[in-house]
Amino acid sequence: MVGIIFTDANFDAEVTQSSIPTLVDFWATWCGPCRVQGPIVEEVAVAMEGKAKVGKIDVDQNPATAQKYGIMSIPTLLIFKSGQVVKQFVGVQSKDTLVGELQRLS
Amino acid sequence: MYDVVIIGSGPAGYTAALYTSRAFLKTVLFTGIQIGGQLTTTTDVDNYPGFPKGIDGTQLMMDMKVQVERFGTEVVSDTISNIQSSIPNTEKQKAFVLKGEKGIYEAKTVIVATGATAMYLGLPSENMFAGKGVSACATCDGFFFRGKEVVVVGGGDTAMEEATFLTKFATKVTIIHRRDEFRASAIMLDRAKKDPKISFLLNKEIIEIYGDPVVQGLKLKSGEDIKTDGVFLAIGHRPNTDFLKNVVELDAKGYVVTKKNTETSMLGIFAAGDCVDHRYRQAIVAAGQGCMAAMDAEKYLEEQK
Repeated sequence: MVGIIFTDANFDAEVTQSSIPTLVDFWATWCGPCRVQGPIVEEVAVAMEGKAKVGKIDVDQNPATAQKYGIMSIPTLLIFKSGQVVKQFVGVQSKDTLVGELQRLS
Repeated sequence: MYDVVIIGSGPAGYTAALYTSRAFLKTVLFTGIQIGGQLTTTTDVDNYPGFPKGIDGTQLMMDMKVQVERFGTEVVSDTISNIQSSIPNTEKQKAFVLKGEKGIYEAKTVIVATGATAMYLGLPSENMFAGKGVSACATCDGFFFRGKEVVVVGGGDTAMEEATFLTKFATKVTIIHRRDEFRASAIMLDRAKKDPKISFLLNKEIIEIYGDPVVQGLKLKSGEDIKTDGVFLAIGHRPNTDFLKNVVELDAKGYVVTKKNTETSMLGIFAAGDCVDHRYRQAIVAAGQGCMAAMDAEKYLEEQK
């Protein structure tokens, strides 16, 4: 896939220490709306290449990160800037919404 | 100018698109916010014929999208907020102007297949806890309630199904219903009643959900305070027709009124699926109505020539 696979192991290095805005899509294989969101996030990754980092994290495989950020509903999309969560979306979001928010932040 | 604009990406919309694009009508389908519609929030679909082992709801919708694109339907992720009939009918053919978030579109006919959305209780506290313990999708969010206690609100099949599903994760599931009789089918209700993890609170109304920063409990009109980690809503659906209020006739509950076959009160606008049908509300019925709307639209275009 396009974009990065975030995990409990690489989350700090890839997301919280990222020098550019980073979009994280919390998802799972068994969540229908997440599978609708997935390809949209990949489009966002292509559109924002070089300007923002975009990737997904599977909450099944990486429960620690999901718990740390209090994820209780998926898909949830968080945008990180300088290590902080600056925007949270719950539920499927359009490409335009996500690209718009990332452009505003980058 | 499109021959047909289809609004909605559930079974009704995609089936309509399949028929109009196979009839060589220039077709665009707008997906709306919930791409793939309500089936994407279910798990296995076992009552859609042709899949002897059942099919995953999201997979079925993704397959429908691929199928309509094969015949030339443009599938566009946009949400239509307004439809206007083109300024006085000086031309021979009437047309519609549709306003989306991304653009303005013109079409000779419109098929409304916007479906329905899960209803919320309408409490101010409920919005605050979206993604923090209030959910309308047990299959999406049940996972986060492993070892916790949850409440399901409602008395229909959806409530029973969600409650039963949630027992996979939660230690205790309480169904809160504002009446003491159920709309749920006998088989679903029976399954829920027999489940040792499920209990019922009947004739109870929720007036507030509280917690900080996530849901910790709720208050009932009768004065009781119920501790819970999650509130799953299954209190029915409302049609996604707000944007049609001044365009076509709607009934008291907001469903599109169809006159003859799938024709609405506005010539050239047709409707299909859960935005029309509050009786059956099944994927296969929506698909069937989508087909009808496509054939009605095709006939209408033929007659306009």
